[in-house]
Amino acid sequence: MEIHRFEKVWVACALLLIVGFIATITYGAVGAGVAMVNDEGGTVDAQNLQDTEFADPGVRQVGANEYEVYVVAQQFIFRPGTNEDIVLPANSEVTFYITSADVVHGFNIVGTNVNSMAIPGQVAKLTVQFDEPREYGIVCHEYCGAAHHEMAGIVRVVPESEFSMADTAASDTTAEEDGGDA
Amino acid sequence: MAFADETPTRTEGETSAALDSEGRLAFVERFPFEARMVRYTFLVSFVALALGGVFGVIQALHRTGIYRGIVSNADYYTVLTGHGVLLVLVFTTFFIAGIFLWAVTSSLDREVASQRVTKLWFYLMLVGTLMASVAIIGGFSDLIPASATVLFTFYAPLQASPIFYIGAALIIVGSWIAGVNYFRTFYGWKQENPDERIPLQTFMVLTTMLMWYIATIGVAIEVVVFLIPWSLGLISEVDPLLTRTLFWFFGHPVVYFWLMPAYLVWYTILPKLSGGRLFSDSLARIVFVLFLLLSTPTGFHHQYVDPGIPEGYKFVAMTNTMFLLLPSLLTAFTVVASMEHGARQRGGTGLFGWLKALPWDNPAFSGCALAGMMFAAAGFSGMVNAGMNLNYLVHNTLWVPGHFHLTVGTAFALTAMAISYWLVPQITGKPLGLRKWASAQPFVWFIGMLLMSNAMHRAGLVGVPRRTAVPQYDQFSYESVFGTYGEMRIQIALGGTILFIALVMFLMVMWDTYMGTRGGRLSVSSRIPEPLSNAEASPQVLDRIWLWAAIAFLLVLLAYGLPLYDFVSDGVFAPGSPAYPAFSWLGL
Repeated sequence: MEIHRFEKVWVACALLLIVGFIATITYGAVGAGVAMVNDEGGTVDAQNLQDTEFADPGVRQVGANEYEVYVVAQQFIFRPGTNEDIVLPANSEVTFYITSADVVHGFNIVGTNVNSMAIPGQVAKLTVQFDEPREYGIVCHEYCGAAHHEMAGIVRVVPESEFSMADTAASDTTAEEDGGDA
Repeated sequence: MAFADETPTRTEGETSAALDSEGRLAFVERFPFEARMVRYTFLVSFVALALGGVFGVIQALHRTGIYRGIVSNADYYTVLTGHGVLLVLVFTTFFIAGIFLWAVTSSLDREVASQRVTKLWFYLMLVGTLMASVAIIGGFSDLIPASATVLFTFYAPLQASPIFYIGAALIIVGSWIAGVNYFRTFYGWKQENPDERIPLQTFMVLTTMLMWYIATIGVAIEVVVFLIPWSLGLISEVDPLLTRTLFWFFGHPVVYFWLMPAYLVWYTILPKLSGGRLFSDSLARIVFVLFLLLSTPTGFHHQYVDPGIPEGYKFVAMTNTMFLLLPSLLTAFTVVASMEHGARQRGGTGLFGWLKALPWDNPAFSGCALAGMMFAAAGFSGMVNAGMNLNYLVHNTLWVPGHFHLTVGTAFALTAMAISYWLVPQITGKPLGLRKWASAQPFVWFIGMLLMSNAMHRAGLVGVPRRTAVPQYDQFSYESVFGTYGEMRIQIALGGTILFIALVMFLMVMWDTYMGTRGGRLSVSSRIPEPLSNAEASPQVLDRIWLWAAIAFLLVLLAYGLPLYDFVSDGVFAPGSPAYPAFSWLGL
């Protein structure tokens, strides 16, 4: 087979580009530590969430600056998020556990890379940092029924001095459960 | 559409016979039956395109808030389902089945293996289309006791009526039978020409169909084993993650099922429209083999942010996806090189000056060239989608439809329209009508898509979600770093409207052509010149398509075997979800 010189150069450049892309993504995963949502969250019985760690969703403090947030996505609210804000302190490391009580939903903190699917039966676990006080919107970005466009919520990151667990959505402020790794 | 009263007759020698611009008998004269079947598939395809386009412009105006008086917010999702299904399933599959029938017949210079089977697959696909369409339209009205407002991706546990799933299955089964018929035609030819290389167009059709058979295994299992029995009430629960994974097993390679026919056009017809010939036959074959091998084991890249899937599987899908860039990058080279060769044959000179020598007033050429140009842009936004951790920023935002309106919405759709300007005269024997409208049409489409797609990409970066009737919220407003969200909305609505105008122009040209009189000299030439480096120079092993299919199947087993085993090891239907029927939302 005869391959033209220009073709050979082009193929070499194309392969270099591809290997370069894979390298940057690998660096993002290993070096910068951007972990993917995976199977760590485990599974859950979507029809009996009251018997799981999602019975009382909300914010739980698990360390000095570490928090867990359990969120149930359901037609057409985030619980918490929609009827009450998710309130978190600045400079915190937050692990979200997200699941769905009915159909497939999405969970995206608008304009950020906090982005996950909420699939009935599965628990999405993702850990993020909130550095500055700021208010963020949450949208459901997966079609979930006729009022899908109304499904939204708020994450309110407040200065550490103004934060108290009493203000958070969860009625139970203790964090006895490690939760999620069912 | 009665077949019985249209007995195929050969009209060679008659003075009224349609001839191409170089005096050869047109395709319709040489293969009247095949030409008629291609006309029928194109007819269904263009009707779907027209309806899908109407739905599209309604969406563009609705979601940007320019005009929301046509449908309610709840009905928006029915419109969106219709837009998706009619365009990416019906328009594409019918057009592809038709152009493949033409490509096999004309490149083998041989009648199709079985006329009866050809009618069979056409009617199966047509019945499937009607069933799915009735179910979708049922979403608008209580008069039809069916609904399929579940979008093109039909994720369980949202549930459509059984006729939607059965209709979709029939379209795919029809396409399988069409493929069998292409293979039978090829083997008939092969018996008479045992030592010849597979003609390039036939090679492309066969490799595409092999890829399609492997890819559709996923959706076939999803629909036949799970969704149809579930929608009929035979099983009570399905596993949403498993069915979703089976969908994306099919959902990524399906884009190559759309793209490979566009590549067939770019490789085999575009060079000659440019005034030259294809640069390299071998490279074209290598590209199609690479697509056959790599298209399917990539589906997890649509599930990068799904829970329940280990990161390792996502990483493997990411690397496969990146290597899938290779055949497209090779295509960029070959297509541009072939165009430059053509332009220089036409007297073009200079580093970039040759571009001026190309026949930009020929809509078949300009449409393909503009589609290819937009596909290059789509490649770059696709690299972002494929970039596993970068995907967090864009997943399910408006960026994603911004991307695929460049791929299926332009690389495929504009190429299909462009090549229709060249092919429809040959399958009807009628000269192209409204030539000036036709000449302008690809540019109008290009401008519309430029506005719409670029604004959709940017809106996605701001965080505007896709698949949403009213992407405005009481809770927050979008913060844009570049431009304003208001300006993006106007661009999307304006672009969508311009695209709709381009679509109407295309349909007018097709209608005018169809209403013309048959016979005489056509302005298109059907001749496809030999590549500069022809088939004899290509390694024989490239033609061993079953070997490549076996390797492709093995790669799919490697990529999907373990994950699927994991998902079903806790029970095929577990963790289960009961049905949430789409039609129960009516009246909300």
